[in-house]
Amino acid sequence: MDTYSVMRHFADSWGMLGIFAVFIFVVFWAFRPGSRKVHDDIANIPFRNEDKPAGSKEARS
Amino acid sequence: MWDYIKLIVVGAVVLLAAIAANYSRDLAYTAQALIIMLAALALFIWQVRQLGDEKPKAEGYLDGVVRAGVIATVGWGVTGFLVGDWIATILAFPSLNFEWAQGYMNFGRLRPLHTSAVIFAFGGNGLIATSFYVVQRTSAARLWGGNLAWFVFWGYNLFIVLAATGYIMGATQSKEYAEPEWLTDWWLTVVWVAYLAVFMGTLYKRKEKHIYVANWFYLSFIITIAMLHIVNNLSIPVSLFGSKSVQVFSGVQDMMTQWWYGHNAVGFFLTAGFLGMMYYFVPKQAERPVFSYKLSIIHFWALIFLYIWAGPHHLHYTALPDWAGTLGMVMSIILWMPSWGGMINGLMTLSGAWDKLRTDPVIRMMVVSIGFYGMSTFEGPMMSIRAVNSLSHYTDWTIGHVHSGALGWNGMITFGALYFLVPRLWNREGLYSLKLVSYHFWLATIGIVLYASSMWVSGIMEGLMWREVDPNGFLVNSFADTVEAKWPMNVVRAIGGFLYLTGGCVMAYNLWATVAKRPAKADVTAAVPAE
Repeated sequence: MDTYSVMRHFADSWGMLGIFAVFIFVVFWAFRPGSRKVHDDIANIPFRNEDKPAGSKEARS
Repeated sequence: MWDYIKLIVVGAVVLLAAIAANYSRDLAYTAQALIIMLAALALFIWQVRQLGDEKPKAEGYLDGVVRAGVIATVGWGVTGFLVGDWIATILAFPSLNFEWAQGYMNFGRLRPLHTSAVIFAFGGNGLIATSFYVVQRTSAARLWGGNLAWFVFWGYNLFIVLAATGYIMGATQSKEYAEPEWLTDWWLTVVWVAYLAVFMGTLYKRKEKHIYVANWFYLSFIITIAMLHIVNNLSIPVSLFGSKSVQVFSGVQDMMTQWWYGHNAVGFFLTAGFLGMMYYFVPKQAERPVFSYKLSIIHFWALIFLYIWAGPHHLHYTALPDWAGTLGMVMSIILWMPSWGGMINGLMTLSGAWDKLRTDPVIRMMVVSIGFYGMSTFEGPMMSIRAVNSLSHYTDWTIGHVHSGALGWNGMITFGALYFLVPRLWNREGLYSLKLVSYHFWLATIGIVLYASSMWVSGIMEGLMWREVDPNGFLVNSFADTVEAKWPMNVVRAIGGFLYLTGGCVMAYNLWATVAKRPAKADVTAAVPAE
């Protein structure tokens, strides 16, 4: 088969399936148990360190 | 040592630009070479004057470049609105295409100047400035790369001046939103790589464990624009001393590449980038965290996975295969979900703080901008449906749609961010006048409503007139008939644009007065003991 057809077939079969699977995984990952605490913490990032960068002691890892 | 190498390189650029101007084959190239020469010369002189100076210690956030970006955003914004309203007036009164200005300042030359001024100069400077502000605060780290951020700012604005010179003097490659020729394109590539480096570098040395969602949106905007820009501008210069270049793709491939670029410029420049703004400035102004962080993650990934396929909906009923058009159409319609998910997330951030709408015109502006985001992301997928597109395509409806998105969503969220930023960046006690913000809000909102509704009427009328056939199957109307019929709508559109422009001027005055007339805030950071 020519390159175009090979790529087309890949794109509308395994390629699409792969991308879809990654997306579904991301959604499930966002809803994993225990994520609420992490997300609440991240959502509050804009309310820290408004005026100056964090020193090495305040760094959160 | 490094300083001397920089001097040699910059000096070589001055010399090469002068040589290029001498051998130039066309006017636009001469002008661009001279601009590059002058810019490099200014940099050279600045560099010489810095030689041997003690470098100030870099600490705290790098906000100078954000301040410069805010000034550039306001300046380019008002300029872009002015040019836009002028060409809207030309459409209603074509005699304003003055004879003396033919070939330089007529509608065809000014139209790309307007689109690029508002999208790339106003929007782009706004995105760069806010992304630098946001990435520092949410990473708790100073911008990476020392003065590289300043290079991004000046380099990007040099790109805009080069592009504008090209439009006026006729060096364009006839690709919508990608009009600049190869020299300007190459320069933007250099600047954009530096921008990516500054942003990624700052994220890399962040002091927070997680990357806040606004940075995901900004990062996707930077990376995708790099990819789109390079692929859509694959062209070979005819001569190193001339503007003209030849596209590598041809025919339907070139067309598809162009609209893959064009729609994702909307998706990643005007949507993802500005969503980065929304996810930082709306929570800050409302003083509460985003409604649902989980929803913001899903919003991000759904938007990224879907938007990239939507381009072919610009090419219904063309040489593009039907399956590609259908793919674009289906993906556009699925986009309803993440778009509205994002809109709900932005609006619901205010839940429990809706009373702020009464007292704070800045948050009112942000809410209306999210409202327009919702409306234009509803309208867009609808227009991408083949049957609707057969009526709407090539009519004023498209222009109305673009402007409800650009003026409503992009414009208003940027205004909100500017009103948030200026008092903080210049350390002032609040804005000069909230009343003026209110005036700006109403001027802009009424302007958009006039603009969008007149374009709906005019666009649907055009579409219906074009397809009207008599019992024998002949077309009833000529093209000139539609031009005549939409005259009143063109006048209303120019009035709407004028209101929006006036609002922009009110904002420019208000922001200037905030810096010039408001007392400085008591320095809180000085009281904190050194660590």
